[in-house]
Amino acid sequence: MSDVAAPENEFAYGRTDWDDYEHLPTTTGLTNEKLTMWAFLGSECLLFGALISTYLLLRNKPDDLENVGPKASELFDIPFTSVSSFVLLMSSLTMVLAVQAIAKGDNRQTRLWIGTTATFGCIFIAGQVYEFTVFYREGLGYTTNISASAFFTLTGFHGVHVSLGIVMLASLYILSARGRLTQKNAETVEIVGLYWHFVDIVWIVIFAIVYLIP
Amino acid sequence: MTDAAVAESTHDDHDNSHDDHGLTFKNAINIAIFLAIVTGIEVLTYFWDFGDFAVPLLIILMIVKFAVVVAYFMHLRFDNWLFTALFVGGLVLAVAVYIAALTAFEFWS
Amino acid sequence: MAIIEEEPQLLELESGEPSAPAPRDLGVLARPKSTTGWRSWIFTVDHKKIGIMYGVVAMFWFFWGGIEALLVRSQLATPNGEILSAAAYNQAFTMHGTTMVFLVVMPLAAAFANYVVPLQIGARDVAFPRLNALGLWIFVFAGIFLNLSWFTGGGADCGWFCYSPNSGLAYSSGTGVDYYALGLQIAGIASLVGAINLIVTILNMRAPGMDLRIMPIFTWMVLVTQFLLLFAIPVITVALFLLTFDRSFDANFFNVDQGADPLLWQHLFWIFGHPEVYILILPSFGIVSETLPVFSRKPLFGYSFVVFSGIGIGFMGWGVWAHHMFASGLGPVSVAAFSATTMFIAVPTGVKILNWIATMWGGKLRFTVPMMFSISLVSMFTIGGLSGVMHSVAAADTQQTDTYFIVAHFHYVLFGGALMGLFAGMYYWWPKAFGHHLGTGLGKAHFWLVLIGFNMSFGPMHILGLQGQARRTYRYDENLGLDVWNMVATIGAFIILIGMLVFAYNIFRSAKQYKNGEIPQAEADPWDGRTLEWAIPSPAPEHNFDYVPVVTELDDFWHKKYQEDENGKVVKIADGNDIAQKGDQHPHLPSPSYWPIVLAFGLPLVALGVIYNLTISALGLIVMIGAIYGWILEPPTDPDAGHDHEAHDDADDGDSDDGDDASTGSDEEEAANV
Repeated sequence: MSDVAAPENEFAYGRTDWDDYEHLPTTTGLTNEKLTMWAFLGSECLLFGALISTYLLLRNKPDDLENVGPKASELFDIPFTSVSSFVLLMSSLTMVLAVQAIAKGDNRQTRLWIGTTATFGCIFIAGQVYEFTVFYREGLGYTTNISASAFFTLTGFHGVHVSLGIVMLASLYILSARGRLTQKNAETVEIVGLYWHFVDIVWIVIFAIVYLIP
Repeated sequence: MTDAAVAESTHDDHDNSHDDHGLTFKNAINIAIFLAIVTGIEVLTYFWDFGDFAVPLLIILMIVKFAVVVAYFMHLRFDNWLFTALFVGGLVLAVAVYIAALTAFEFWS
Repeated sequence: MAIIEEEPQLLELESGEPSAPAPRDLGVLARPKSTTGWRSWIFTVDHKKIGIMYGVVAMFWFFWGGIEALLVRSQLATPNGEILSAAAYNQAFTMHGTTMVFLVVMPLAAAFANYVVPLQIGARDVAFPRLNALGLWIFVFAGIFLNLSWFTGGGADCGWFCYSPNSGLAYSSGTGVDYYALGLQIAGIASLVGAINLIVTILNMRAPGMDLRIMPIFTWMVLVTQFLLLFAIPVITVALFLLTFDRSFDANFFNVDQGADPLLWQHLFWIFGHPEVYILILPSFGIVSETLPVFSRKPLFGYSFVVFSGIGIGFMGWGVWAHHMFASGLGPVSVAAFSATTMFIAVPTGVKILNWIATMWGGKLRFTVPMMFSISLVSMFTIGGLSGVMHSVAAADTQQTDTYFIVAHFHYVLFGGALMGLFAGMYYWWPKAFGHHLGTGLGKAHFWLVLIGFNMSFGPMHILGLQGQARRTYRYDENLGLDVWNMVATIGAFIILIGMLVFAYNIFRSAKQYKNGEIPQAEADPWDGRTLEWAIPSPAPEHNFDYVPVVTELDDFWHKKYQEDENGKVVKIADGNDIAQKGDQHPHLPSPSYWPIVLAFGLPLVALGVIYNLTISALGLIVMIGAIYGWILEPPTDPDAGHDHEAHDDADDGDSDDGDDASTGSDEEEAANV
């Protein structure tokens, strides 16, 4: 019989050094949860890209817009929207501070900054609601014309995302207040933060492309 | 202080004092100030006429803000490259596909 | 990821032993406990059960979509057929396509991905077991929802791609298109959720030593598919939202009078739609990349090429979508550009075909049923690919488009390709999943009937298409010379039906024989396989692996059985069934959960409300919100479950405990129980 090397371990798929799934680290060293959020945010780029492209295509349609109400871009109040955009931008700062706080284990500070972030988010949403109400009163409703549909759909999707973010932040706040969100949950806050920042950067794009670019 | 200088100082703070859990408090504030200034310039295009420069400027500023928030606030610059691949992959794909689609619609003319 | 309280205080017991009380949780309800019966299926989070359910439901829809096809073929068997009215015909072909794409091929691929991938990478389950269950139930409800349309005025009748403005209220005033738009929206959520789960699983839960470069090829193809899903689903999500907003909320996205361009729908749909066809085929490519080596007794030829061509197809698939729109008035520049990109994408697929043929070349072929289906994929898909290359020449496509030539092409790649691969997978992995083989004789009958019927049905369509028979028309006149081949095609379709009935009979008969003991339990490694799923008993034990397998090379399991001696001759050194794990351990497993099916149920409620009355939507949202909070707050592991390591004095009924220390609420456990 030829000299064939015996398998290293006779019970190759029996006992090995690695018995224990419980202590098995992830292959990449990254947590499942964080990987999930980044993958999800990657897919969200496709979502908002489609909505933004749709708006870009339709914002000056139909060609004879005088007959079907104003264009969204004619009704923009840039100073007002600049303020609410600024508030949302600063909420990213407060979110970073919240993540820093929980990393340090300072639960009160965590709540302070989570609360502030959520509040800024609410201010932004309130600003959107006000803005849309004004538009509506000035003759631009959702169904008024195609550019309106596109505008409200894009900003509406964004607003829903912000609102879901506020709900998540509020949930974190409540968990923290009940002592259930501590330093070892820091990554949870970080992951919610990633979502929140994403919602902010989508607005950075919308603010420039929809509002500012003529 | 010019934007470049602000960016530079933010950068320097960063390289010296980055810690594992993210930016320091000071870094975060500096970056926020930088973002605020950039936003201010963007809004300025509403009040002053930048002519043909307006659109390219707004796009560049938008990209800068986007990149800064992603790289620093979302910590992508200092995290595992896999996160960058996942996110930037989706981003690049979206930009490419939608620019191609808009081109098919002759959007640019 | 459940959030539990901090570690509770340990009591000081008289005995001096540390106590380990069960963690107090925020959960309102306990987790379900049944291990048998229907409850153990609908609340399960076990990837294997979930995979089986995907498969069972998908096969049900396959028969339903097949009936829709037989209705179409019956109508077209003769000129001026009178079996279906035009309106009914439109519904039949629309729902046939929609069913086969979204309710059959995609979930069948999901079935295999769910069942096989964790086993191939040596994992205990997927990254997020409850999310996995959620994806399944969302799919189940999506299929039901989509087909509710039959009871409410008719199915969608706009074609599976549902172009605007035909899809608008003006031309489709019934609710069929609403059910289509919302049903696919719901199904899309299932796919997205599944994609994220599998991506994280494959990236993060591979066995020690399993670098991506030595990961099984089926898992690779599944990974590429999930990335395609991750990025493509959002696009059709937007398209379907725009359609729904138009129809249900008076938006104007596709209202031409309001300045809409119907091409917006087409672009958005096909930006999704083309990656979608690669989503449909890549898993089957992965399956045959597993079976061909096993039944040729040769390693996959050019593993790296097969991997990279799969990745290449994934990338390039994003650049070809408008080849579905060559005749839509895009203009010469766009047409030329997409024509060129489409020609290029034939290259990576051709690479795979060559690799498969090279794998078989010089191998010791075993013509088992899975092998027969696998070989048929190679040949049938090649035919379909060739007609595809013909379409890529835009000038030629101008004649081919909207004719049966296209119908022939996509059925050759989808039926001859994707479906044959899926059948191969069924016969191949059946013993692993169910503990017994499907009958070989009946399997071969199934194969030949389906192969012959399929070629009879779709082969002539190449001719019919070039002779000018248009798609999506409910009848043709008798003097057009189309009669003979249409009749042949219809006969072929019914032969397929017979083949599928044989398959169904095979399933039930072999199950009964196994239950009666007439056929033996399958071995762990019945096919002399190459990958880790064959290193555990058949059927796979609930916990998959007793011990974490460690791998060092591609086809590691094979190399534990076969080595080269000093003359370079391959020598068998061990039998797979001897070295396979025994399946006798009883470790922690993620607990079942009520919330995935409850959360999934909220979605069709929301959708029904959009069609009929928003109050129903509000109710659906409440269900969903409640389910989400229940999910987040439920305990990670039911403290009363049997395989716990808590020192539960009265609950210990001599369950094998291995004497492990109590380990309550460890982070990994928490992470494992999402």
